[in-house]
Amino acid sequence: MVERYVMSIDQGTTSTRCILFDHGGRLVSVAQREHQQYFPRPGWVEHDAVEIWRNLQRVVPEALLNARIDASQISAIGIANQRETTVLWDRRTGVPMGRAIVWQDTRTAPLVDELRRDPGEEFFLDRCRLPPSTYFSAPRIRWLFDNVDGLERRARNGEVLFGTIESWLIWNLTGGTDGGLHITDATNASRTMLMDIRTLTWDEALMDFFGVPRPMMPEIRSSAESYGEARALLPGVRITAALGDQQAALFGQTCFSPGEAKCTYGTGSFLVMNTGTDLVRSEHGLLTTVAYKIADQPTVYALEGPIAVTGSLVQWFRDRLGLIHSAPEIETLARTVEDNGGCYIVPAFSGLFAPHWRSDARGVIVGLTSYITKGHLARAVLEATGWQTREVVDAMNADSALALKQLKVDGGMTSDHLLMQILADVLDVPVVRPLVAETVSLGAAYAAGLAAGYWPDLKVLRRNWHRAAQWLPDMEPGRREWEYSCWKRAVERSLGWIQPPQRS
Amino acid sequence: MAGPVQSIERAAAILRLLAGGSRRLGLGEVASSLGLAKGTAHGILRTLQHVDFVEQDPATGKYQLGAALLHLGTSYLDVNELRSRSINWADALAARSGEAVRLGTPLEGRVLVIHHVFRPDDTLQTLDVGALLPLHASSLGKVLLAFGATPLEPLLDGEPEAYTRHTLVHPEELNRALGEIRDLGWGAEVQEMSMGEAGIAAPIRGQGGLVVGAIGVSGAVERICDTKGRPQPALITVLREAARAISRDLGAARW
Repeated sequence: MVERYVMSIDQGTTSTRCILFDHGGRLVSVAQREHQQYFPRPGWVEHDAVEIWRNLQRVVPEALLNARIDASQISAIGIANQRETTVLWDRRTGVPMGRAIVWQDTRTAPLVDELRRDPGEEFFLDRCRLPPSTYFSAPRIRWLFDNVDGLERRARNGEVLFGTIESWLIWNLTGGTDGGLHITDATNASRTMLMDIRTLTWDEALMDFFGVPRPMMPEIRSSAESYGEARALLPGVRITAALGDQQAALFGQTCFSPGEAKCTYGTGSFLVMNTGTDLVRSEHGLLTTVAYKIADQPTVYALEGPIAVTGSLVQWFRDRLGLIHSAPEIETLARTVEDNGGCYIVPAFSGLFAPHWRSDARGVIVGLTSYITKGHLARAVLEATGWQTREVVDAMNADSALALKQLKVDGGMTSDHLLMQILADVLDVPVVRPLVAETVSLGAAYAAGLAAGYWPDLKVLRRNWHRAAQWLPDMEPGRREWEYSCWKRAVERSLGWIQPPQRS
Repeated sequence: MAGPVQSIERAAAILRLLAGGSRRLGLGEVASSLGLAKGTAHGILRTLQHVDFVEQDPATGKYQLGAALLHLGTSYLDVNELRSRSINWADALAARSGEAVRLGTPLEGRVLVIHHVFRPDDTLQTLDVGALLPLHASSLGKVLLAFGATPLEPLLDGEPEAYTRHTLVHPEELNRALGEIRDLGWGAEVQEMSMGEAGIAAPIRGQGGLVVGAIGVSGAVERICDTKGRPQPALITVLREAARAISRDLGAARW
């Protein structure tokens, strides 16, 4: 019998990956390609959506070739994607209207400040459960309308389509200008600030408020259901799942029960806790979001604490400071010293996300003395990820009835053992890595495989989860408290740096 | 016997030229100094750059000796990078074999465990990354010795410790075993470090085929070996696939 596989496409912030999984949820083949990051102005971050689509066209055949697998052996395709990143494109030509505006981009900060004052947070929280932030898509659409001539008019005439990255890829995969499907899934739609989070439909009041015309919006579908067959790249293969990358990771970690949580360490880091069918409203700076919706089953929700800059701080250390050659070398450099030497880095490059939500914050390095070496800086880089996680875990514990007993981690940074030990130390709970660190891809594959009947149910998926590594806390409580208080003081110093321009 | 390889001679000349000067040299200067066509010099410089023997200044496009030349005697691949680039395949190997997986590199006459994936049965296990294993009594160590990743002589100069009655301690025994490992492309250790335990390992190759580490599975001898005490063929297959996949990702040519 010919073996069959599920294909997972993970379109992330820095790269596009194609991974094949077998029935055991085991990774069979990987192909990956990085795309260019554009930083045209401070605070602006852009991607070329065409480059991303081209990269996908390369990694898919490469993944098949690596495993010597034929397209006919693919049972289904699942997509996980960087969320909130906004693409607008021409319905007739398929050409994007400029570069995609990435989730880290802070150009909408002045607009967001205005929204906080009027109509105020409640207006938004009541409908979509998201506070105004530069993080989400809707303010970006408004910004584009206000800054690109004729765009709003063309959008009203139905000439322009909006989508997050999964919409863009599915549209291209299913035919593009020749009848491509213009759809999104509920997890991605829940990050636009335009969806009614109870009904999973576009909210009239929010659409009117941002002035977003209905014809440009994709249809909201379940996270796992048969959307249609691919026509490009893998003709005839069904696309059966799409989820935002963090929701996909929650699914890949098999956090199917209320109270189960994971944290994914990539460009940013994202702690997500399943809250079941309850729509929990955070009192401590976390977001309420759609965890997943399988076919026509009830919607499952989650609480999320996003941290904007973790892995990207290591990339900055590598690419902009040039102190290391590869990201993993940060561990080698950090291990040249015993501790941070009193130095702390608060990487508020895009302001601070959860639990602070301060777009006026910017990065600081504090505690510099002539004693500090690049080793101390490397250590402070890793510790920044530890303490930012601690802040979000504290918020999660305050919002939820159950305190976190262990942290399930995944993502590229979990290969950094020093970071994993720092996490266990600052959180004072065991840190556990599952056997497949690529949980984003695995989650998209699981959802796709469920919808396609490749796997029968959630129970089978749960049995695939195994512990691959565990780190136990090993830090003296007094020192933990002291370090945490230093970190908090460092955060204080990052706040309020950005001020509105002075009128003379 | 074939004569000297011209491109290697030219590469050596370029390195000597760059080492001799106190400043960076442009492509034209390199080509004219050595009487080479620009295209030829460029091809060689690009290759030297690829193996980090030469660096190009991004602003001026001029060339100088690369940092890798200063560390020729030491491992050129950072161990944390090796772990990072192996993690997916080590996970997949643990999943397929049902056994614990370890990666090792040589360190001062021992094997440094740089990565460890638990046996996927959710029992209580402790990470032993950072642990040191004996070269001659571990499958990882025997593979590193067999493929020249670490020298055998210092081990034989001392008295290799006999951990069990199966440990190979005599030079002839060890040499024969290492020869076999080179022929087979993988190595085993059956109750040589502790009774009841066994392991198999295969080399991880980097650019140019150089062995930079070893990956292995280990566990109870009755699971690793068949009734005759020989490693299970199915385990060897998945192990070698994992080693090849990592080597491919590290830029080694196909084996």
